Amino acid sequence: MARAVTQQRKLINTTLAWGIGLLIFFPILWTILTSFKTEATAIADPPVFLAFDWTLENYTAVLERSNYAKFLWNSIIIAGGSTILGIMIAVPAAWSMAFVPSRRTKDILLWMLSTKMLPAVGVLYPIYLICIELGILDSRVALVVILMLMNLPIIVWMLYTYFKEIPGEILEAARMDGASLKEEILYVLTPMAIPGIASTLLLNFILAWNEAFWTLNLTAANAAPLTAFIASYSSPEGLFFAKLSAASTMAIAPILILGWFSQKQLVSGLTFGAVK
Amino acid sequence: MATKHSRSAARLMMAPAVILLLGWMLVPLTMTLLFSFKQYLPLRGGDLGWVGFDNYIRFVSSSAFWPSVTATLIIVGGVLAITITLGVLLAILLNQPMWGQGVVRILVIAPFFVMPTVSALVWKNMFMDPTNGLLAHLWRFFGAEPVSWLSEASMTSIIMIVSWQWLPFATLILLTAIQSLDSEQLEAAEMDGAPPVKRFAFITLPHLSRAITIVLLIQTIFLLAIFAEIFVTTGGAFGTRTLTYLIFQRVLESQNVGLGSAGGVYAIILANIVAIFLMRIVGKNLDA
Repeated sequence: MARAVTQQRKLINTTLAWGIGLLIFFPILWTILTSFKTEATAIADPPVFLAFDWTLENYTAVLERSNYAKFLWNSIIIAGGSTILGIMIAVPAAWSMAFVPSRRTKDILLWMLSTKMLPAVGVLYPIYLICIELGILDSRVALVVILMLMNLPIIVWMLYTYFKEIPGEILEAARMDGASLKEEILYVLTPMAIPGIASTLLLNFILAWNEAFWTLNLTAANAAPLTAFIASYSSPEGLFFAKLSAASTMAIAPILILGWFSQKQLVSGLTFGAVK
Repeated sequence: MATKHSRSAARLMMAPAVILLLGWMLVPLTMTLLFSFKQYLPLRGGDLGWVGFDNYIRFVSSSAFWPSVTATLIIVGGVLAITITLGVLLAILLNQPMWGQGVVRILVIAPFFVMPTVSALVWKNMFMDPTNGLLAHLWRFFGAEPVSWLSEASMTSIIMIVSWQWLPFATLILLTAIQSLDSEQLEAAEMDGAPPVKRFAFITLPHLSRAITIVLLIQTIFLLAIFAEIFVTTGGAFGTRTLTYLIFQRVLESQNVGLGSAGGVYAIILANIVAIFLMRIVGKNLDA
């Protein structure tokens, strides 16, 4: 009896959850479907769901219209570069805060996070000017550095949280055995820290890939990544649903797949381990 | 445990991050402060000298100021309310036994990875377009007049788009928190005859308070600065001009750096009021 009730409840839960899940996912699904339609089918009323002649013409059109490869390359360089640079600076900082804590460690961490509260728009013009002065406006270098700085507090926090979880006893044991600081880092800490570092890398890459404020304002022709490429479709000449969908699909597909793989890390990472 | 040697090594390792962030904060901030006291029009004469607090007074007394503060607060508040309420409900639902939970979870979190420019454009054109959008088709199917979402219900539209982007985040965090809830406690309460609403109010919700705080904190940081969603949808028209967007327009579009900088200082003050409040909460949670 009780079992029948739970089965029934499970069925209701499943139906409800799948319904809501599909509803939330629908805009993405619709975009992907539309990208394979002709422009006429894309705006057909009533809308066509699956029964249409699938075509790749939008993808070819988008690739011909703009230098997609260049935007993609810029995205990869900017997101990848800022992530690697950020990790290189953040790992030592987070490591020292986690393993050699002082009374001010907590204050430093909070202060770092507080720099995230500085509204980007409040310092837009100074950064713009600095870029002009240094001759790096509309360059990938500028965005690598800016996005690195923007995400640095988050990376430090994430790494700090991961490093904190490495048990101190293991370190002490290594020290007892006479390991030098270098050996300690190389053979004891690094292997244990790699999963944390990897998920930080992944998340930071996603954040940098999707960042739009700085990329829209500091790039034009040379260094524009995919965020800016898509924004160019907001002009009236770009109001073609199928082509917009193809471009959108190409811009989000890599990161969507990466995101799905890192969903578990997302939680512990973005909440600094405060939610378990 | 920490020796003098390791302590100085630690300082050395922290130095790059601290120095860079300090520079990132102080250099542009000082420049913004400096510009805010100047009449500075890059395309119309450049730096025209000091004007004291003129820019600050002009920015506040401009007819666009208070509406922009209101718009900011409505968007942030609206999105927070929607994402946290729906997030709690969705987290509870997803925590129930069901078939294909993993797949549903993947469907639900997907919007979080869609770049803001894409989600704004997809919503604007394919859903909210008054002639060809899917919502217009739906309205016509039911014999109703299609809505020009972004001009007639602009705030609602923006809140909808941004909520869609942030609901996955809230859900994911809250789901993780709910999974750590001791189910025996809930069962015991059920045995004792506590109705579902009471079990939710006295057991589930208090358990989630910490996770809700975290969602509140992270989302507020990002929502105060939303830009791309407005940039590609309304361009700040129809009452959707947030403080961020207003400053952006003053600085880049009308090239009035002095005035925009004064606005920037106001935005920084606003963000810091929120920050102090939020930091206290996080500071408390950090001790664990």
